[in-house]
Amino acid sequence: MLGFSLRSLWNRRFVASLTVLAISLSVALILGVERLRDGARDSFANSASGIDLIVAPRGNSVQILMATVFGVGSTGTGMTWESFEWLEDRPEVAWAIPIQMGDNHRGYPVIGTDGSYFEHFRHSGGQPLSLAAGAFFTGDGADAAVVGAEVAARFGYAPGDVIVNAHGSGEVSFDVHDDAPFTISGVLAPTGAAVDRMVFVTLEGFDIIHAQADAPLSDPLDPAAMPADDHDGHDAHGDHEVTEAGHGHEPDQINAVYVGLIDRTNVLGLQRAVNERPSDALSAVLPAVALAELWGIAGTAERAMRLMAWAVALAGMIGMVVMLSATLDTRRREFAILRSVGATPTRIFALIVTEAAVLTAAGLILGLILLTVATFVTDPILSARFGMRLGFDVFGARELGTLFVIFCAGLLASLIPAIRVYRMTLADGLSVRL
Amino acid sequence: MHPLRIERLVYRWPGAARNTLEIGALSLASGESLFLFGPSGCGKSTLLSAIAGVVEVPKGAIRVADQDVGAVHGGARDRFRVDHIGMIFQVFNLIPWLSATENVLLPCTYSRHRRVRAGDNPEGTARRLLSELDLSDPSLASKPANELSVGQQQRVAAARALIGKPDLILADEPTSALDEAAKAAFVDLLTRECAEAGTALLFVSHDRSLERQFDRSVDFRDLNRSAA
Ligand SMILES: Nc1ncnc2c1ncn2[C@@H]1O[C@H](COP(=O)(O)OP(=O)(O)OP(=O)(O)O)[C@@H](O)[C@H]1O
Ligand SMILES: [Mg+2]
Repeated sequence: MLGFSLRSLWNRRFVASLTVLAISLSVALILGVERLRDGARDSFANSASGIDLIVAPRGNSVQILMATVFGVGSTGTGMTWESFEWLEDRPEVAWAIPIQMGDNHRGYPVIGTDGSYFEHFRHSGGQPLSLAAGAFFTGDGADAAVVGAEVAARFGYAPGDVIVNAHGSGEVSFDVHDDAPFTISGVLAPTGAAVDRMVFVTLEGFDIIHAQADAPLSDPLDPAAMPADDHDGHDAHGDHEVTEAGHGHEPDQINAVYVGLIDRTNVLGLQRAVNERPSDALSAVLPAVALAELWGIAGTAERAMRLMAWAVALAGMIGMVVMLSATLDTRRREFAILRSVGATPTRIFALIVTEAAVLTAAGLILGLILLTVATFVTDPILSARFGMRLGFDVFGARELGTLFVIFCAGLLASLIPAIRVYRMTLADGLSVRL
Repeated sequence: MHPLRIERLVYRWPGAARNTLEIGALSLASGESLFLFGPSGCGKSTLLSAIAGVVEVPKGAIRVADQDVGAVHGGARDRFRVDHIGMIFQVFNLIPWLSATENVLLPCTYSRHRRVRAGDNPEGTARRLLSELDLSDPSLASKPANELSVGQQQRVAAARALIGKPDLILADEPTSALDEAAKAAFVDLLTRECAEAGTALLFVSHDRSLERQFDRSVDFRDLNRSAA
């Protein structure tokens, strides 16, 4: 029976392969959308934990979350160092990590921070950052940089290497700070979180870039001003270094603060205090709330994508029904012959269903192959751009369930032509007429 | 055992104004060949359909291999048919994308009875039948059926009807698409194979030039009282 179906399909291999292709595309799409979603959720959920509040210049909480934790986009204009110190001194605050952003290293976000980041940051449900090589920011060096595992792997960085960053957060940057290099002090162990594709520099180092970059921009038409401003910039830093205390270098402005509380139940009170602080327009974001908000936004797109994927599946099924039905009239003779040699109408019914089963199964298998290939191709891109992994892990129960549903849908769809054939063979009998 | 025995068969197509068949008696002995002729539309094909159990016939009217065709129903009738009857049609006898040999073997895939009677090696039997029907060239036997000439296709159909030694072969104008020489050769081969296998042959045609090659010949109008 199966062999006969295969031969019969092979006889119509062109149309059959188109049908299989349509089904496989829908399978790849459906599973792909699910995986994308799971990958996104996992990577987002793993990217930061243990942060009770993110404080940043007033803005949209999702945007703040995306910029600070994932290095995607940016926050509003700077927050003063006074505000940071005010936060840090609040009695309910256990620790506060200053964050500076806005630069990139060959497309990867550069974070200006201090040693407390490595001490307090947690990922994947509470794991601290650890080093694969080298050390975190070493005491005196303003030019120290710690690179994430993926950045190191991609460019082959090791402690001691000298790197140069660029202004802006885009992949393409013309404004490269050649004259303010950093020396890599350490490489982080892989985390599977967004920090893998981040470069961390000291607050001081981050400021040096900007002092230099901002200077020529302030008056690009006056060539005489350039060296003078540049020099002033260095001088200014000299001043800062002298005044350092506690946090070392104290920048004028930062982009965000990660806050950890002594007692988490105080989080709403602190949030209110931040929002009501008159001197600075600030937002205090609860990461979990912002994440839920993000899912709310993503959910719509997700549903649209899923709907589309299932629509493609429906189109594939209809294509199969059309293919099986369209050939029925030309195959009438075939069925009459089969009946004359003893095939019962039930058997011919089963033949059609078997053909549909073969087509659907082939579509499922090809779809999985397509999905695997697509994962192979897009995984590096997705992980580089968004720090998420699709993963090649074996199929979960839900994916198997989806495959099963598609297979059953294929069988169900084949009942339409199969019932027609059943009726037809009963009516035609053995007479082989046109 | 009688391969075929008909007694008082009356059949009317659903919705027809009058009976298509009204046959008093007709029987065939094992290995006997009967030539049945008559003008177009007199009911020859209808009679074959009735014998094959494709149309609903009253109980007790038709016995094939001593079994009442009217008493078996549904799938059992399909199995009964393939067990005892081989069929050859006018044209389009073969599944186009199966090879000649595979076409010949079809009854053996649907009937255990036929498979058993085809011997230990049904493929060998199929090849032997094909070569006895002048299709010994192995390249012909493995070709898809739609690449064979019409005459070759009819001989493949004959081999398929013969395989597994059914009790009865029903042939509905199998030669009408063939030229004179091919017709005579085909009928010659078919009657000889049937006689050898002990299979009864009911051969329907309007072409009376073939009449001499059969044991017996009957005018359908004499047989069928309903025929005008
Ligand atoms: N499927 C059918 N439904 C209803 N009536 C039919 C059917 N097939 C045949 N008939 C009628 O039965 C009568 C006999 O038809 P049949 O096909 O048996 O003739 P025939 O002797 O085989 O003719 P020919 O030599 O042209 O093949 C015709 O009047 C025809 O209209
Ligand atoms: Mg006829």
